[in-house]
Parts: sequence; structure tokens; C-alpha cells
Amino acid sequence: MITGFAAVYIFVLAAFVGYEVISRVPVILHTPLMSGSNFVHGIVVVGAMIALGSATTTPERIVGFFAVLLGAANAVGGYAVTERMLEMFKSSGDQKKGAAAAAAAGGASGSGEKGGGDAS
Amino acid sequence: MRHDLIQIAYIAAAVLFILGLKSMSSPRTARRGIIWAGVGMLVAVVITFATPAMSNFVWMTIALIIGGAIAYVAARRVAMTDMPQMVAIYNGMGGGAAALIAAVEFMKPETMPTSFAILGIIGARIGSVSFSGSMIAFAKLQGIIKKSFLFPGQNVINLLVLAGAVALAVVVALQHTGHVGGSEGLVLVAFFALSLLYGVLMTLPIGGADMPVVISLYNALTGLAVGLEGYVLGNGAMIIAGIVVGAAGTLLTQMMAKAMNRSIGNVLFAGFGAKGGQELESIEGSMRESSPDDAAVTLAFAQKVIIVPGYGMAVAQAQHKVWELAKLLGERGIQVKFAIHPVAGRMPGHMNVLLAEAGVPYDMIYDLDEINGEFPTADAAIVIGANDVVNPAARDDPGSPIYGMPILDVDKAVQAFVIKRGRGAGFAGIENKLFYADNTRMVYGDAQDVAGKLIAGVKKV
Repeated sequence: MITGFAAVYIFVLAAFVGYEVISRVPVILHTPLMSGSNFVHGIVVVGAMIALGSATTTPERIVGFFAVLLGAANAVGGYAVTERMLEMFKSSGDQKKGAAAAAAAGGASGSGEKGGGDAS
Repeated sequence: MRHDLIQIAYIAAAVLFILGLKSMSSPRTARRGIIWAGVGMLVAVVITFATPAMSNFVWMTIALIIGGAIAYVAARRVAMTDMPQMVAIYNGMGGGAAALIAAVEFMKPETMPTSFAILGIIGARIGSVSFSGSMIAFAKLQGIIKKSFLFPGQNVINLLVLAGAVALAVVVALQHTGHVGGSEGLVLVAFFALSLLYGVLMTLPIGGADMPVVISLYNALTGLAVGLEGYVLGNGAMIIAGIVVGAAGTLLTQMMAKAMNRSIGNVLFAGFGAKGGQELESIEGSMRESSPDDAAVTLAFAQKVIIVPGYGMAVAQAQHKVWELAKLLGERGIQVKFAIHPVAGRMPGHMNVLLAEAGVPYDMIYDLDEINGEFPTADAAIVIGANDVVNPAARDDPGSPIYGMPILDVDKAVQAFVIKRGRGAGFAGIENKLFYADNTRMVYGDAQDVAGKLIAGVKKV
């Protein structure tokens, strides 16, 4: 168990780390970074597993079950979405190397999408 | 020994998360970052199975598989234009999970230390609000809920619901430290019901344009809730990851709000455009139309062209054609740059993702601060599916609802072309002075169609 001032120290230091770690992020990465940090708090799945693991009554088990379900969805969904976005980021240099491949991939991924509402 | 191994694994996971987030703040290393964080998550989940004195492994595994599989399939299938609402829904689930962890702990009959009871109930409260709020944000962005709900006395009702939830939270905490007896279950259910209701009430009045800031805020809140539940469970990985995300998310929310020229308080407590009734400067002059062929000739003989894409371009799925046009101009020795407004797309950075999907390299894309000084030296600027973010009224008409919002200075380019489907006003319903400027030509038509015609036109020259 983490109690007393040790707990406060961890809180303060972790908050500084979080603030520092993204303080110089360019606007172009805001969306992937939001998605990436969304994935990181998917660690909640571990807590859900611990809670379910110590559940002894049926109501506790049911609530714990849904906690794990939601936590797993947060972690897996967050990872898949972020990874999909970031694998598309390429520099001009990367592109010359794999120009043909990128063109093929770009054409294929665009075709399956649907349009949204009016936002002109 | 087993206990030490588990702790070491959790520390390793926490370090991987921080390194991953650090790498994600630069485009060159971002891909590596998410993979590191992914490894950290895998390590943490696997080692958790080794926790001493655990049971219910079958249910645990079933829940992991179902939750993971549904989320994976949905994440792979969603269109890039719908990315903001996917982030919202996964974030909401994380908040829900944190709230349910607290629920399980509070359902157990044993009393807990006062500090844990307080942290647990605060985490439950924040997690529930994040859950229901994110679901409303998802429904709004997905178009399931179309209206903003504003009714008289809204703030008073919200305050009452908030006060009720806080009062119940105090009762729950007292019960679990052994101070108060009574029907614990009922109080707990009422507490969660009011907390969820508060998230709904808080999010319903917020307009779609402000939703990214709200999603980012809920992301930070979920992080905080996860960290607090980490204290209750004595899990270091949860504490560190949760607090780090809480702090990073708060900073990110501030940066987004600043990019949109909105304060966080303003977003949360006032509906956009609800003010109304100001005197607007009337716009003089008329819009001048240009055919795609004429525009193509201007482009072909330019030395420098800046392309300003907006969400309308993504809706028309024109980004591939636009990139083709940019490459064609580049082959003719013309310098081409993409200028992205911070709120282009549906959240900051969203347009970069959409352009990246079409294959535009990130080093051709410039943000507002980098590019704004260059418009006077550009022979042509092409605005595709963007409106309010290029409206000079934001710069020089104090009566305009968007006054003060930073804009791209397209009107300062030698020649501006605006590709637009029709003659209507923008997302915020405001007339655009740029369209009436002497150096602006309107090119009407579907963005993809017009881009195709421009390509054909440039090839003919």
C-alpha cells in the first residue's frame, strides 16, 4: 500500500512528468497524442482485474466483470486508433523511399470511407 | 519474491508509458512511442494474472476478450473523419471502468481507511462524469444528438445535481469508514445515478464545435480518476499512468482551447453563439466567380502556392486529389505548402491526420504561426472547404462572434481561390469577408470535382 507523504510525492512528481513530457508537442500531433494518452489510462483494466479478482459476491462479480470489459475496450481501442493514425505520418524523405507503396496504400484506404455532414 | 516481481513489472510499465508519451510528441518518433506504451500495457496486464489470492479468472478472461475484440474491430473500421468520437467513446469507457472499480470496492462489507474512502469516492465521481459526458460527446459528434440543449435555470439545476452527488459521496465515505450505518447499497446507487446525470447535463448544452476541448478535458479527468483508484488498490502503475495522463491531458486541453481562442470555462458554461444580437459590419462588394480552368492557369504560372484545407475537403474526400494537384505543381518547380489552422478538421491536429492518410508528408504541412508571414509572398492561395478560419472579420470586426480567433491570412495572398460547394455562410453561420475581397475568386463545385478539373487544367498549360 502506498500511503502518507509517499503518496503525495508520487502525485506531485507524476503530475510534473505529465506536464513536461508534452509541453513542446506541435499542433499536428494533438489528435494522436490525445488518443495516445487515452490509451495510457487504459491501465485502468489492471485495476479492474484486481477488483474482479477479489470479488466474493455475485453483485460484486457482475460489476467487476463490466469494469474489466470497459477497461479492456479502453486499452485495446485506444491502442488500435492511435497506431492507425501514427502509421500514416511520413516525411518527404520516407515517401521517396516508398513512393509507390504509399500511393497504393493511400488510394486503397481512402476508397472505403464515407462522407459526413455539411461542414463547408 | 512474487510480490517484488509484480512490482518491478508495474514500474517497467509506468516507465514505458512515460517514454511512449514523450516519443509521441515528435512526428519522427511518434510511431515508436505508441508501440512502447503498448508493450508496457501488455506487461502490466499479463503480470496482473499473477497477483496473489485472486479468483474469478474465467470471468476476467471472458471480459478481456469481449471488450478487447469489440473495441479492436470498431477501431480498425472507423473512418479517419470519425476519429474524434472514437477517442471520446474509448475514453468514456476508461472513466466508466474507474467508477466501477470504486463501486466494487464500496460494495465490499469491510471498512477502509478514511483517506482511501475519500480518494475512492472522488475517483468514482470523476469517472462517472467522464463516462456519461463522453457518451454524450460521442452522440453529438456522431450526429445522434443534433441540438444543443439550453433551458432556463440550467446552471441552477446543474448545481443542485452536483450538490446532491457531493452530499451522497460524503455519506458513502462515512459509511465505509464505519461512522454511519444504514442502507449502503441504495446510497451508492443514488450517488452513481446523480454523478452520471451530472455528466449528461454538463455536456448537453455544449456545441459541436467546442466538443474537442470537452473530449480532451474528459480524457484528463479519466486519467485522474484512474490515478485515484490506483491509490485505493495500491497499484503504482495505475497511479503514475493516471496522474501523468491527468496532467498531460490538462495541458493539452489548455493548448486546444487556446488554439480555438476559447477559455475552458467559456466552453463549459456558455453555449456558443448564444449571445447573439450584435451589430455586424455589413459587407460591401460582390463575390467574383472563376472557372476551374482560369484558376488552373494562375496556379500553373505561380512560384509559390499555399493550400488551405478545411473539414469540407475531408467530407468531400478530396484530399487525395488535392495531394495529386500539389505533386503536379511541385513537379513544375512551384513551391507548395499546406497551411493548417489549429481547428481545421474536428479537433486540433485532425486535419494533419486526414492529409497524412492521403500521403501528404508532414514536413510540407505548416501551422498557423509558421505560415502566416508567408501569405504576402504567395502568388496563389487555395482555400478548400474552409470558411471561418480564413474570415478576416475575426481580425478586424470587433462585432463578429469569431472576433479574436486567430485566422490564416489568406486575404493577404496575391490571389486567393476559394473552392466552395455553395454560397452559404460557414459553420458558425457568419458571412465571410474574404469571399468579397478584390483579390478573391470563388470556384463553385464539389471539392473533389474541382480539384480534378484543376489538375486537368494545369496539365493543359
